[in-house]
Amino acid sequence: MSGPESTSTPFGESASELPSVAQATPTTATDGGGDGPLVRVRELVKHFPITRGIIVQRKVGAVQAVDNVSFEITRGETLGLVGETGCGKSTTARLITRLLDATSGEIDFDGQDITRLKGASLKAIRREVQMIFQDPYSSLNPRKTIGSIIGEPFAIHGLLPDKGERKREVQRLMETVGLNPEHYNRYPHEFSGGQRQRIGVARALALAPKLLIADEPVSALDVSIQAQVLNLLRDLQRRFGLTIVFIAHDLSVVRHMCDRVAVMYLGKIVEIGGGDELYRFPRHPYTGALLAAVPHADPSRHGEQRSILGGDVPSPANPPSACRFHTRCPKAQELCSQQEPLLEDKGSGTRVACHFPLTREEATQIGVRSGG
Amino acid sequence: MSAAEPLLRVEDLRVEFPSEDGVVHAVDGITYQVFAGRTLGIVGESGSGKTVSSLTALGLTRRQGARISGRILFDGKDLLTLPEDKMRAVRGNDIAMIFQDPLSSLHPLYKVGRQLTEAVRAHRDVSKAVARARAVELLGLVGIPDPARRVDQYPHEFSGGMRQRVMIAMALANEPKLLFADEPTTALDVTVQAQILALMERLQQELGMAIVMITHDLGVVAEMADDIAVMYAGRIVETASAAQLFAAPEHPYTWGLLKSIPRLDAPRDEDLVPIPGTPPSLINPPSGCHFHPRCPYSQPDHERIDPVLEPVPGEPQHHVACLLESGVRRSLWAQLREGSTPQEALAAVGAGEPAA
Repeated sequence: MSGPESTSTPFGESASELPSVAQATPTTATDGGGDGPLVRVRELVKHFPITRGIIVQRKVGAVQAVDNVSFEITRGETLGLVGETGCGKSTTARLITRLLDATSGEIDFDGQDITRLKGASLKAIRREVQMIFQDPYSSLNPRKTIGSIIGEPFAIHGLLPDKGERKREVQRLMETVGLNPEHYNRYPHEFSGGQRQRIGVARALALAPKLLIADEPVSALDVSIQAQVLNLLRDLQRRFGLTIVFIAHDLSVVRHMCDRVAVMYLGKIVEIGGGDELYRFPRHPYTGALLAAVPHADPSRHGEQRSILGGDVPSPANPPSACRFHTRCPKAQELCSQQEPLLEDKGSGTRVACHFPLTREEATQIGVRSGG
Repeated sequence: MSAAEPLLRVEDLRVEFPSEDGVVHAVDGITYQVFAGRTLGIVGESGSGKTVSSLTALGLTRRQGARISGRILFDGKDLLTLPEDKMRAVRGNDIAMIFQDPLSSLHPLYKVGRQLTEAVRAHRDVSKAVARARAVELLGLVGIPDPARRVDQYPHEFSGGMRQRVMIAMALANEPKLLFADEPTTALDVTVQAQILALMERLQQELGMAIVMITHDLGVVAEMADDIAVMYAGRIVETASAAQLFAAPEHPYTWGLLKSIPRLDAPRDEDLVPIPGTPPSLINPPSGCHFHPRCPYSQPDHERIDPVLEPVPGEPQHHVACLLESGVRRSLWAQLREGSTPQEALAAVGAGEPAA
């Protein structure tokens, strides 16, 4: 790409027309943008080139990390993205935040096409979309006080230049996420993993973003601490009507947190729908296999029949033809390797990309055991 | 099952590490036993001492300057008194271990086959050809397709789940009587986790070995373990059969763990009840009951009195180290199970009669 990035330096833009951030906490999506979905993703593709050679690099292939994915995120909902390592869920999130550039496709945010934004307008969008990361140990600068970590978004965007005002705002954020505001001048190492994750949440909320992306926010935390952070996120979501994309590999956590869930496999969405419907009656054999694989904290179910998905996820550099799951699918037939199934409603509340979706009996048989 | 003689019996094991900041009391007097063909699940969070106690059983904490006391009886021998060369004959032979991260436990520059034959030849005086044939057999045993070809590949050519299978193959090389599995599936995806757990169960049935399964995941222990020990801050706070522990848990920490994980078979909107606070420092562990600073039910004297692991009335196989009275515990759990918060449970039990 040869974009003239230099026309507006990251810090040279005018802060004058940015709205005052006296109320920097999220308010229930009142400002413009209309009633349509907050995010609309259409035919999104991200290929990472595979190159050979050290001096002269030739492209010899591409990892198809995200391949023709379309979905919407409604205002105020929590959308879960699940799937195994390498399914493209984190890449999808990074494309929405514009941390990565899409190979093709379109991302509309709040009615505006942001796929190819640059410079000042990209920076404006970055205010609206914030991320919480997996590892609270490596995502906080150890040399900065948590006051300046949480206040950094204000500095980057030239907001709240008055020191006293900024400190008051940061302390209010600290209180919002359950941190003691008196700890303003402490350093990250003085905090436990759960508290550090709260610092990350406070920083993400500082600019009152319209969309919060949480990428495995609790998987690095101890069991007894996970619930503290999950409850905080759920509480903030309810209080401020936040829109959240929640990425996790733990299906129980996703069910607990999300209104809707999208299941990804090898760069494709194979099933998407309401959390209740999808967990109670998964239609895609892959969704069923994922749910059947979750170990249950209930020894009385020990020895219950369930099917275990065999094999490994194939390489995304050379994915199977047509339906990418057909090489591991117990229901696969000839059609599955010839014609790609479309994501469509099969009459049970979710949309599923499968020629031969599970029946209710099959879903029960393979050992899907989620309660109502 | 031959009589009631345990294969492994750990008695009052203590492991301390001197450090710049003070002595770390990693394991603080634990006792447990494992029988042949059975699986013991040790559940705990990071810093609970679950890994250190297992490493000590394998003699792997000796060189780190640990101060160790107690007894670890394996097949009648006390492993703590064995000299290092005798210990080396036991480790990898009668007792084996698999670790969480298969990539860092396999040597990246040696072919998988060489690492497997090394494990065999360390304990058996066999030719290279025999060891190699055994390596191929082992890879087949753990379900790696095309083992005769894969044996000549490097670890990076294997997926995460396949590497964990290689680790298991290596651990099984000499048909150990006892296998320590430390978070063997934590780094894996759920579908692969299900494959590995099923594999371990199958191999246990075929080979009759005992397994000590160390994990933080209550789902995994519920699936795998016959008996469970819950560890907190270097101590065992509760032991029971898996069925008893999940049906009628007795320790407030166990309750806390059970109520803080979302479950697929629970109503979706059920609130999680986190355990307040954070796991304690092992340099200055809390006085009295180590859990008292985080326990919603603790009484003033719980910070002075050390609880001992005692049988639960009416359940001789179920032990708990808790200072609350047994009837009170049962009433509290009855409330919690119905969805009460700890505060509501306390209020209800405090007002009513403490009886089940």
